[in-house]
Amino acid sequence: MWTRREFIKVGGAAVGAAAVGGGLLTRWYGLDDDPVSDPGTDGERVVPTFCELCFWKCGVLAHVRDGRVTKITGNPAHPLSRGHLCPRGTGGIGLLYDPDRLKRPMIRRSRRGGQEFEEVSWDAALDYVAEQMLRIRERYGPEALALYSHGWGGSWFKHLLHAYGSDAIAAPSYAQCRGPREVGFYLTFGRGVGSPEATDMENSRVIALIGSHLGENMHNTQVQDLARALHRGADLIVVDPRFSVAAGKARHWLPIKPGTDIALLLAWMHVIIAEGLYDREYIEKYAVGFDRLKEHVAEKTPEWAWTHTTIPPDRIVETARLLAGGRPRALVHPGRRVTWYGDDTQRSRAIAILNALLGSWGRKGGFALPSAMELPKYPYTKYKYKPKPPPDMPKGTVYPLADEVLAQGLCLASIPGNAAYDLKGWIVYGTNLLQALPDQEMVKRAIQALDFIAVIDVLPSEIVGWADVVLPEATYLERCDELDTPAYQQPFVAVRQPVVEPMYDSKPGWWIAREIAHRIGLDDYFPWKDSVEYAMHRVKAAGLDCDELRKTGVALGKPTPAFIEDGLEPLFDTPSGKIELYSERLKEAGFDPIPVYRPPREPPPGHYRLLIGRTPVHTFGRTTNNRFLSEVVAGNEVWMNAGAAAEQGLKNGELVVLVNQDGVRSEPVPLKATQRIRPDCVYLVHGYGHDAPGLTFARGRGASDARLMTRYETDPIMGGTGMNVNFVHVERAT
Amino acid sequence: MNEAFREVVVGRHNALVDPSLRIWGWEIPVYLFLGGLTAGILVVSALLALRRPPGSAPSRAVQAAPFVALGLLSLGMLALFLDLEHQSHVFRFYLAFKPASPMSWGSWILILVYPVGVLLGLGSLDAGIRSALLASRPVRWLRLAGPLRCLSGRADAMARSVAWVAMVAGAGLGVYTGVLLGTLAAEPLWNSPVLGPLFLASGVSTGAAFLLLLPLSRDERHLVAGSDLVAIAVEAGLLAALLIGFASGSGPDQAALDHLVTGPQASAFWTLVVLAGLAAPFALEVLERRRGLAFLKVTPVLVLAGGFALRWILVAAGQASSLATIF
Amino acid sequence: MRRTKRYAMVVDTWSCVACKACVLACKAENAVPDGFCRDWLVEVTEGTFPDLRQENRSERCNHCSDPPCVHACPTGASHVAEGGVVLVTHGKCTGCKACIAACPYGARYVHPDGHVDKCTFCLHRVQAGRDPACVEVCPTGTLTFGDLNDPGSEVSRLLRTRAYKVLHPESGCEPNVYFLTGRPAPAVASDSAGTGVVGVAR
Repeated sequence: MWTRREFIKVGGAAVGAAAVGGGLLTRWYGLDDDPVSDPGTDGERVVPTFCELCFWKCGVLAHVRDGRVTKITGNPAHPLSRGHLCPRGTGGIGLLYDPDRLKRPMIRRSRRGGQEFEEVSWDAALDYVAEQMLRIRERYGPEALALYSHGWGGSWFKHLLHAYGSDAIAAPSYAQCRGPREVGFYLTFGRGVGSPEATDMENSRVIALIGSHLGENMHNTQVQDLARALHRGADLIVVDPRFSVAAGKARHWLPIKPGTDIALLLAWMHVIIAEGLYDREYIEKYAVGFDRLKEHVAEKTPEWAWTHTTIPPDRIVETARLLAGGRPRALVHPGRRVTWYGDDTQRSRAIAILNALLGSWGRKGGFALPSAMELPKYPYTKYKYKPKPPPDMPKGTVYPLADEVLAQGLCLASIPGNAAYDLKGWIVYGTNLLQALPDQEMVKRAIQALDFIAVIDVLPSEIVGWADVVLPEATYLERCDELDTPAYQQPFVAVRQPVVEPMYDSKPGWWIAREIAHRIGLDDYFPWKDSVEYAMHRVKAAGLDCDELRKTGVALGKPTPAFIEDGLEPLFDTPSGKIELYSERLKEAGFDPIPVYRPPREPPPGHYRLLIGRTPVHTFGRTTNNRFLSEVVAGNEVWMNAGAAAEQGLKNGELVVLVNQDGVRSEPVPLKATQRIRPDCVYLVHGYGHDAPGLTFARGRGASDARLMTRYETDPIMGGTGMNVNFVHVERAT
Repeated sequence: MNEAFREVVVGRHNALVDPSLRIWGWEIPVYLFLGGLTAGILVVSALLALRRPPGSAPSRAVQAAPFVALGLLSLGMLALFLDLEHQSHVFRFYLAFKPASPMSWGSWILILVYPVGVLLGLGSLDAGIRSALLASRPVRWLRLAGPLRCLSGRADAMARSVAWVAMVAGAGLGVYTGVLLGTLAAEPLWNSPVLGPLFLASGVSTGAAFLLLLPLSRDERHLVAGSDLVAIAVEAGLLAALLIGFASGSGPDQAALDHLVTGPQASAFWTLVVLAGLAAPFALEVLERRRGLAFLKVTPVLVLAGGFALRWILVAAGQASSLATIF
Repeated sequence: MRRTKRYAMVVDTWSCVACKACVLACKAENAVPDGFCRDWLVEVTEGTFPDLRQENRSERCNHCSDPPCVHACPTGASHVAEGGVVLVTHGKCTGCKACIAACPYGARYVHPDGHVDKCTFCLHRVQAGRDPACVEVCPTGTLTFGDLNDPGSEVSRLLRTRAYKVLHPESGCEPNVYFLTGRPAPAVASDSAGTGVVGVAR
């Protein structure tokens, strides 16, 4: 048979001459437009600033044309973006021009949660907030007011709260996310991992991910570094019950039974120690407790771990050798959201210990020990009032090693009688507590018990519906915030500056905080005209050029040695001053000084463990109303092993409902029957299942995992809430 | 319960393209059908003109046929126009000639078919009708009497030449309707050189069937019915060749074939195209010829329905099995 | 004599995490209408639990050397521009959709304004010495754009040193988007070592 090309050629040959005339006429008529048309999205103005679609804070360039932001690109000068962006970073336009944005201040006009509001003037709203804050201070003391804050713009409100007299400031990013990791690494190395994580993946030869789904969990620079490692031929070991995107690039995917990671980590230690593969010199020089560790893992053979993890012993041995073979450029990644089973600090400890055995802490291809750029603080008046400690631990409970305030604890303390004293008011900045905290019903009870709740946000998320007063904040593209100077291998300071004027009647956070301060007699604490003046004061004090910084968006500092190879002498802020493979501090507090594996609770028959994760396109539920980002991902689906689904007669793509152990039902959600997950668990991307009426796009899309998290296991060491302890069964939606 | 699997997640959701191609709805099959029908009427009319004994007059129906055909073609072109997404740019077809583009060929062929059809028609007209036509109000108003008289004079003089030109033009039109699809390599079900001849045979068959529905003379009916029988036989052979070609082709070819013969379009294909459109009318016409079965109007109706179904199903199934949505 | 350019893109399926930043950057850069895309992700997983393989492909118009869409176009709206880039002149397009039917990659769609639209390799940027928007944004270095007629270009180097494939090679339209298939050689190996190369760059 002829191919199309032969066909064309025969036809073409027959009439070759005719081709000459084709298209000539239109040129005579002048009817042809420019074939290379510029879509015209390059800005007349290009403003450098940094992103707030997640909390990584990549430098971006915002293009403005006719007063509208047309596109957002990466700032090549910024060390965290290096000119590239993650999908969310491009989505600022979807946030800025979201028609559902909070447009004017509102005061509640019915019962809490009744969603009935009246639009009021800023004066009326701010007077109301001030009145309530003064009342709480007078009646209960300032400590009875808590601030939940997530996002870079929260700095103004943290300052406001300290000045007002309360330290009850929490973010779900600690006890619901990274907290156990920070504590586990702090206990081991005397230093947390931080954000941006100080991993040097770019130079790693072997990287092990323990449940971390980098690539789907999309922190720009981290994924850039992982990709650079992949380009250089690095080997990946991915431990995950689900065949994640990262698992697709792994030399070894270990589909571990959920909740048994510590058994695997101990077995890896066993192999590495028993075969003498660890960094003997490094351990001798920097660590204490090796003999106890050796003794502790002597029985933790790959065969032992197999029975718990379902990973065959030979693969445990092989992966342990692969890891050790890459040392010290071998990294067991600490992960990010690590609140899984309530033993998360101990699992993070095990990861830290393993890294110590590999000698990767402070080594290239392992963990960097970076410093932040020195930038003098703004010379504020000292806070006059010394508040009582926040009541974030229930009566009779101590989480001895919590180093930040527990968001869940503040919530419990708002239900009278639970804690040392009751919280009476909340200011909620930029965090949708109804999706961020487990046990929604408890959160709602706490809110109902409050005297006062104010919400400052950009979008009408669920928590907004529960506010007494709603203060609409301008988006990150419309405001100047605090400077960003994270600890990073390349130290820098970055500026967030307004790209366009605030839309509607929204106001930047600094203005809101200062106006509240003014109304409650705290003017002294807000002496600057605006946040630009504030930021530039700090920039000048550091001897930097303000104009240059505003023009480029970022100023680079002098890198300090971050690796032992570069002459860094690592300091360990632990009681022994060394890496603590064995932790006396944990022992004194009544915990296992070396991690011990305890089997997780099994799902009841017919149930699956509910696991959650991320899509690279969204940040929790914060961006699921973003129509621009939703062009590529606009809902979630529940992953279920194809065999398990077939046993239940469920078909790929059909709508199902998840029902948890307490009978709580999810919204209907499409089933993804796949080989990419173990048969004993199901998986949902977090952030969907909104029911807030104001989120007209996101509302009713996908299922909410938060709703199914009616149970959690509290980490006894630091109060983290392990959420992978909920079980569901799967029903066909009716 | 672990069957080997291939999971494909496609992030493209463009309207009319995903999840399967739907760029061409009812307009294109209607156009292809009417274009083929016109081609068939012209070919069979030309055949009648060539085979007409000298001095005998065609029936009224045959005299009208070329003009009716042009009317049907105009309807087809209207359908084609309706399918355009940017209708105000339709003139662009006639500001270029792209020899590699069947669509370009087609737009020019359509223009050429009109004068040929008019000539063929004028040549067959009764003297009485012709003078009535020339005297009619629209012709007078358009001041066309002179040119038409001149043209019809020429048509008379070159009746046989005009008939041959009409046959070639009709055949060109018929083949083109198939080539239009046949050159599109992205749709395995269309991408066959057989499609042009197949659509021509089907067009001739529907053209003949259309004429059979008109009051023809006995001789005319015999010739037209005979043409139809031959055309149906040829069409059936070409269709078989097409299917066999796919069956011996690559993976996508076979997948496309499955779509037609066992998949979503299979029941329509076997009943409407093969059974009702080819087998039944062939059998009936054979019975009419050999066993003296009285002429049944249902026979040509079946042929016409089958011809339309062939195009409708091929357009739908071809898009549904396009490479554009195979990942 | 001036050398003609042959623009091409190389997509590394090994480093791609299917994050879709390329799709969104393109949408913003080219003001692609809502609901449509000029580039897109195809994520393929094959095998049986737990033995699975995955390939992520950022796909777009292949700017074929023998472009069937250009052949099919009756008005000359679809044409080959500088560097072999296939473009659509909006003013010439009637929306007949023959080009969409001709394209084996589904790269074209009907713009709400009536004309057919597709990836332009961001020729307006390329002419100004910049990378296409999808290449610029990509956080994983998956996309490489360049001139295949320049043996020193990164696209030429990648095709010399890595295994690759093109999509629908059977349609014979000589596509210019290449997909690297295997993993790169280990970091220790020299740059030119390469792995089993299945094709040769033109």
